[in-house]
Amino acid sequence: MRNARFRFVLVALAALALVLPWGAETPAQSKGTIKIATQSPLSGGQAALGEGIKLGTQLAVDKLKGPLEKMGFKVELVPFDDQAKPDVGVANAANIIADKDILLVVGHLNSGVAIPSSEKYKESQLAMISPANTNPTVTDRNYLNVSRVCGRDDVQGSVGAEFAKSKAWKTAYVIHDKTTYGQGVAEFFKADAEKKGIKVIGFEGTEEKSNFDPILTPVKAKNPDLIYFGGIYDQAAPFFKQAREKGIKATFMGPDGMDSSDLTKIAGPAVKGMYYTSVAGPVTVYKDAAAFAKEYKDKFKKDPEPFAAQAYDAAAIGLKGIEAAAKAAGGKVPSREQVSVQIRKTKHTGLTGAVEFDDKGDPKKAQYFVLQVASEDPAKWGDNKPIKTLTIAAPPLKK
Amino acid sequence: MDLELLVAIFPQVLLDGLILGFMYALIALGYTMVYGVLEFINFAHSEIFVVGAFVGVEILLTFKALGWIDLVSPFLILLVVLLVGMLASGLLAVTVERIAYRPLRGAPRLIPLISAIGVSFFLQDAVRLVESIWRNAFNLVYPTMETLNLRFSLTETIDVSVKSLVVIVASLLMLWGLHALVNRTKIGKAIRAVAEDQATASLMGINVNRMISLTFLIGGAMGGAAGVLFGVQYSLINPYTGFIPGLKAFTAAVLGGIGNIPGAMLGGLVLGLLEAFAASYLSLLTGGAFGAEYKDIFAFSILILILIFRPKGLLGEVVRERA
Repeated sequence: MRNARFRFVLVALAALALVLPWGAETPAQSKGTIKIATQSPLSGGQAALGEGIKLGTQLAVDKLKGPLEKMGFKVELVPFDDQAKPDVGVANAANIIADKDILLVVGHLNSGVAIPSSEKYKESQLAMISPANTNPTVTDRNYLNVSRVCGRDDVQGSVGAEFAKSKAWKTAYVIHDKTTYGQGVAEFFKADAEKKGIKVIGFEGTEEKSNFDPILTPVKAKNPDLIYFGGIYDQAAPFFKQAREKGIKATFMGPDGMDSSDLTKIAGPAVKGMYYTSVAGPVTVYKDAAAFAKEYKDKFKKDPEPFAAQAYDAAAIGLKGIEAAAKAAGGKVPSREQVSVQIRKTKHTGLTGAVEFDDKGDPKKAQYFVLQVASEDPAKWGDNKPIKTLTIAAPPLKK
Repeated sequence: MDLELLVAIFPQVLLDGLILGFMYALIALGYTMVYGVLEFINFAHSEIFVVGAFVGVEILLTFKALGWIDLVSPFLILLVVLLVGMLASGLLAVTVERIAYRPLRGAPRLIPLISAIGVSFFLQDAVRLVESIWRNAFNLVYPTMETLNLRFSLTETIDVSVKSLVVIVASLLMLWGLHALVNRTKIGKAIRAVAEDQATASLMGINVNRMISLTFLIGGAMGGAAGVLFGVQYSLINPYTGFIPGLKAFTAAVLGGIGNIPGAMLGGLVLGLLEAFAASYLSLLTGGAFGAEYKDIFAFSILILILIFRPKGLLGEVVRERA
């Protein structure tokens, strides 16, 4: 394990060495360079979602950097690959805070990576706006520099449990991936489901990625109505596929980690008709997002993955915050802390609706969706329709 | 604790464990054969295994694109895929030996070990690079073949799929074939002679280099076969899939007694069964206090216990005699 980890750090450093030297030259009239960093998995099994975050941010920076450029700044995007691994994320974060030009981070995909990395950002009050991290701890630490534009897992878990109750499922078997995100949301689901009278007949964590036979055998014997998988699609898809192959007939459900076309690419017919809750609706539910989807497709030759629109919004809010901070600083490059203060005050109507932060960095109101997988064809992932849409206020900080 | 449930799933868990165990056994053979001959752990073997799995999936995807998959008998397709996967992995293992190990043969024992770790990293990322350029994909999925997914019901709760039977039958055939090759043929005798004493073997007119290449070819081919069977059974593979099964198979080889071919088979089966029983039963037996995530800790604790009492492995270590 140590070797693998060490190698990942080396690769990350090599990638960094490639990225950093470019763009050092600045035009004569420039008052300085402002860099926006993204951190998300760009390689490995979750790269599909991670790349969506990078490209969404890139589109926002390209489109919305005008006001800052008029003030005489050069605006650049620097993408980092956190490989969905906490240690890589933290190593990148150390490099990010060392680059004084970086005033904003848009990221991460995984809560388990975002939480330790944002401890690093906090050392210099560098603003991080998360498009996708749903674990409550992300904002419950009450850091000035950490905000998110999406909902939370404690709410998401109970939305799932509420839906399970409305379907009159009696028994549930809960599996999770042992990450901060997956185990977190699975525990919220379990607690709430039990409160609502659904019997949770099994609760298992596993890091296994390929052979689920021994876990599925007791599941099959207990024959639950519902299997809830707290985790991410690259692990859930083979799990669901093998469950159906073993003849398990339970309905499948999961949190927003299921939300990628790769789920059907891997599991095919096994996941057709399954349900998942999400903090990010498909692009089609947002009325302003159609133009975004088209632009995204024209530019990057693929459909936006979930969280790309959220990343676009996060970057837009960040750019607004930087602009306000630069104005307050008299047209000079603002400090990181000034940017964080301004972002917290920013009100923004973006693709995914109006965002206004509470004191701890959650959006005051967030949307939650229950969706159903429409087709086994990965190209039709965008056809997944929300069955239920709820707007729920973020819970206040527990003292 | 639900005794009835424990008893009811027992045969199914046994079956799952056997399948996993045979897979480990096939991979473990690659480690143990090379160790028996060269006294060195070929850490690149887990990647040889993955390359077999990738060659297999590429052929199947090509067949699918050509529409042959529904025309030809799935068993014939599987046979072709297995043979090509074995050939590719075997040749790769021979190439690796020629490039990365043979020049270091006289060097201190740690040097080829480091070379092997380097080869392992190189192959992982080479596979990743090729796949991302060729298919722009990280995870690849074995295409479904309906016939192989059919299930026989043994009892009301226990059933077995055709592909699981294929894995067991193919593994048994290969293990038997290897055993016969090593013990009953002239080539096998030559390999054993090289393992015992290279210098004397070469005086007896045995081409030592060729026998070592052959060892890598056979070990690699077994690894490749395991890769294809792994893909057929569990369907999802990625360039790093080999790491954990490789580590487990290496453990299985040590458990059985490294360098000992029947030992590797036994070690694989024991480890597979331990793992399956731990994963299925831990949470049932402890009322959820210890779940399936502790399967490796449990399995490896038992391994440590076994090795305390039998430090040379279940069937004993086989190392060449020193002159």
